[in-house]
Amino acid sequence: MPIANHHSSVPVIVDEDKCIADKGCTVCIDVCPLDVLWINEETGKAHMKYDECWYCMPCEADCPTDAVTVNIPYLLR
Amino acid sequence: MKINDIPVIDTDVLVIGGGTAGPMAAVTAKEQDPNLRVILLEKANVKRSGAISMGMDGLNNAVVPGHATPEQYVKEITIANDGIVHQPALMAYATRSFPMIEKLDSWGVHFQKDETGDYDMKKVHHLGTYVLPMPEGHNVKKILYRRLRRNRVEIENRYTATRLLKDPDGNIAGMIGVNTRTAEPIIIRAKAVIMATGAAGRIGLPTSGYLFGTYENPANNGDGHAMAYHAGADLANLECFQVNPLLKDYNGPACAYVTGPLGGFTANAYGERFIECDYWSGQMMLEFFKELESGTGPVFLKLDHLAEETIQEIETVLHTNERPTRGRFHEGRDVNYRERMVEMHISEIGFCSGHSASGVWTDETGATTVPGLYCAGDMASVAHNYMLGAFVYGQICGESAVAFAKSRSEPQLDEGFIINELERIQAPMKRADGIPPEQMEYKVRRLVNDYLQPPKVTKKMEIGLERILAVREDLPQLCARDPHELLRAMEVQSIIDCAEMAARASLYRTESRWGLYHYRVDYPDQDDSEWFYHSRLFKDENGQMAHGKRPVADYLVSLGEEKDAYRKMRVQKAANE
Repeated sequence: MPIANHHSSVPVIVDEDKCIADKGCTVCIDVCPLDVLWINEETGKAHMKYDECWYCMPCEADCPTDAVTVNIPYLLR
Repeated sequence: MKINDIPVIDTDVLVIGGGTAGPMAAVTAKEQDPNLRVILLEKANVKRSGAISMGMDGLNNAVVPGHATPEQYVKEITIANDGIVHQPALMAYATRSFPMIEKLDSWGVHFQKDETGDYDMKKVHHLGTYVLPMPEGHNVKKILYRRLRRNRVEIENRYTATRLLKDPDGNIAGMIGVNTRTAEPIIIRAKAVIMATGAAGRIGLPTSGYLFGTYENPANNGDGHAMAYHAGADLANLECFQVNPLLKDYNGPACAYVTGPLGGFTANAYGERFIECDYWSGQMMLEFFKELESGTGPVFLKLDHLAEETIQEIETVLHTNERPTRGRFHEGRDVNYRERMVEMHISEIGFCSGHSASGVWTDETGATTVPGLYCAGDMASVAHNYMLGAFVYGQICGESAVAFAKSRSEPQLDEGFIINELERIQAPMKRADGIPPEQMEYKVRRLVNDYLQPPKVTKKMEIGLERILAVREDLPQLCARDPHELLRAMEVQSIIDCAEMAARASLYRTESRWGLYHYRVDYPDQDDSEWFYHSRLFKDENGQMAHGKRPVADYLVSLGEEKDAYRKMRVQKAANE
């Protein structure tokens, strides 16, 4: 069976100007219980790769540069 | 030793799950004997994993001298759980409850104290006083992590366990799993294993339709329940579902335990109180459900009558602790506690002994029916255990597992079993196309909602079981494009196992019990003559799901005159109203 990709608006936003993942920081990526934050290969910054969020907030709370914002997923808003 | 070129890691004690009970079990094992090798395996990262990743706002079951005795607690939980409890296990919890609070206090966990320095206990339960607020409880995980480092527990993050291993005599022998980022397998040989994988909280679908908007941390998808089943362990009372009253759509707790002592309460659309007690029990949930479906529904959390400073206190706790995005959710909808009531709803179903009573059968020593395998926290069958119960049973399991590990030599591994399991793990990534895990997961969880969500109806559950089994038939088409999708593909197989267990366990008990949790419309009455038993679910010698009855152990504490207290939940209207 062929597989299609579908678009999805994701709840976690990373401010790329503040994010220091390209300097080796992986705090948000490490603490995510669902492992949905990854390094964006193109920018070297953290981003939400999978729309599988529990809106639990360790990524935002533990970010050393306040680059991460957790929004409520659109379906719940 | 190597199997398929994979080095086998040896340990004395293996703990699977690094949330609440797991770290306590691992630390306890090292405290018992610092020379033992103890590995803590975690699917996410122990720094922020499990149900309390952002902390906890209170203890819901603290047995504190001067406020309650262990006997009173055992009695209350027995009554709240319609008599089907293993009292020796409740008593083991109750007697260790206070020493555990003192241990956590000495570690730096902050509990609320009154002006004299005593624990500031609150009454939320129907009969006794067991709630201890911890408004500064957001740092529990940090404190646990420090203890893990100090006691030199070895931590393996981002590995999910997929199957338990046994030796030829049927004793536990370790575990096989896979890295969630690289898809590399891991084999651990262990003399004793403690499982603390949390609730099975991802088997139903939240009303929002968002797969990960579950009440439980969605990483808690029932892996432990499925692994215990496949290892031949008994599971108990799975039909006693967890169904919780929650903020609608947000699907997190409204926290009657926080708001209740400050004057908030659960109300109907007219702002009237309809239940006498906001403590989560099956009977309370049945009244909640009836109100929700009635002409005076839906149900709300009412705070708008409270003073400004009280509301600020509630906001501080609810918006910084446990589920801190609650405040953001309300803001997005322009909901202010001061101005209007907050809509509530019921959660999807799950297996969670933290709030109800179902799980892997566990006795007062933390032992399951598989020698050398211990269970703690939301996945173990000790009723109404909550966070403090997870800590206490983590400790009990740590002690028991060390004693077992010391009594035996290196376990013998079943290489054939391991090779088959490696094939099962690798299969989804070998398929170029097929069914992605997300679609399969949505389908089985939607079936759980349609057919198994209480009130339960026999014919509906039979259809549901048939449809769930049909999804299982699709497993040879399950495909994963990367290691992350492989994690989800392994998880969906546990979800299907749990869905089947939920259906079969519910069909087995032909009575109603535990209020809404097991309300069977076509068997509406509680039948103590036939069903005053724990129900067993296990894998029989033919590999089939089988059932049985386990007698309820003699009570240590008799129930006396209060035995029906939880049946009288609904607020009685005055005769002249």
